Amino acid sequence: MLLISCPYCGVERPEIEFRHAGEAHIARPAEPSKLTDEEWAEYLYMRTNPKGLMAERWRHTHGCGRFFNAIRDTVSDKFVTVYKMGEAKPDLDQLLVEAAQ
Amino acid sequence: MPEKSVYSANADLAPIIATSRVRVAEAAPLIRFSLRGGEAAASHAGTAVGVSLPLEPLTSIATDKVAAFWLGPDEWNLVIQDDDARAMFERVETALADTPHSLVDVSDRNRALIISGRKAAWLLNSQVFLDFDEASFPVGMVTRTLFGKAEIMLWRQAEDTFVIEAWRSFMPYVIELLQEASRELEAA
Ligand SMILES: [Zn+2]
Repeated sequence: MLLISCPYCGVERPEIEFRHAGEAHIARPAEPSKLTDEEWAEYLYMRTNPKGLMAERWRHTHGCGRFFNAIRDTVSDKFVTVYKMGEAKPDLDQLLVEAAQ
Repeated sequence: MPEKSVYSANADLAPIIATSRVRVAEAAPLIRFSLRGGEAAASHAGTAVGVSLPLEPLTSIATDKVAAFWLGPDEWNLVIQDDDARAMFERVETALADTPHSLVDVSDRNRALIISGRKAAWLLNSQVFLDFDEASFPVGMVTRTLFGKAEIMLWRQAEDTFVIEAWRSFMPYVIELLQEASRELEAA
């Protein structure tokens, strides 16, 4: 079973306690009424979908209940790091360099 | 941890499981409040109920009349032994009057089981995928987690004593799975 660590609880827990909640760091436009349909569709539906490291929102649903962010490798399913809401997105290129070392 | 706990077996009910190695009993009714809010709310509520609410993740503070369980960074479960739920609720609500918070009486939402005995952790591990070694799950630790598919709150009251709280509609499912695991334990 995949273990995921929660930055709020500070422990690793089985993945069944968690829910995936889409790509992280997507800011809702401040004034949706001023956007074109294409811009709104871009915000609603278009996602990075990379092969490799991705910043995602996760929620510790059956634990502390908190949303947090995680960097996960979409190829290996490995969680590289997790961080609390509001904290800056790590530099993915830097993480790749560190992972290679 | 006090020998006497806010949780005591309901004397009117027969034990759910009673073997030489593990015992499961339904807990007597209790007052339960769900508190959401910041550290200021926690501090005021603590003064009102008589224990300081735990701020460290996964920890609890308990006397034989009150237990406060950390469930999340802004969420606590307060379990209280008292005859007058309404007066107790008013007391906490009054203490929190000037502090942003949410306080909900959830006394009847949950039922609680007391699981004790040498094989208590073994029994729980039939459905709970946590490591109950005392280094990783010490006495006093509390967590929300899954028991099979039912969400529970799990507290280690003493080395060989655990308390499960679950929504009452989930409790027959939890109880029957515990009984099934205990039959396996007896057969082993
Ligand atoms: Zn958590």
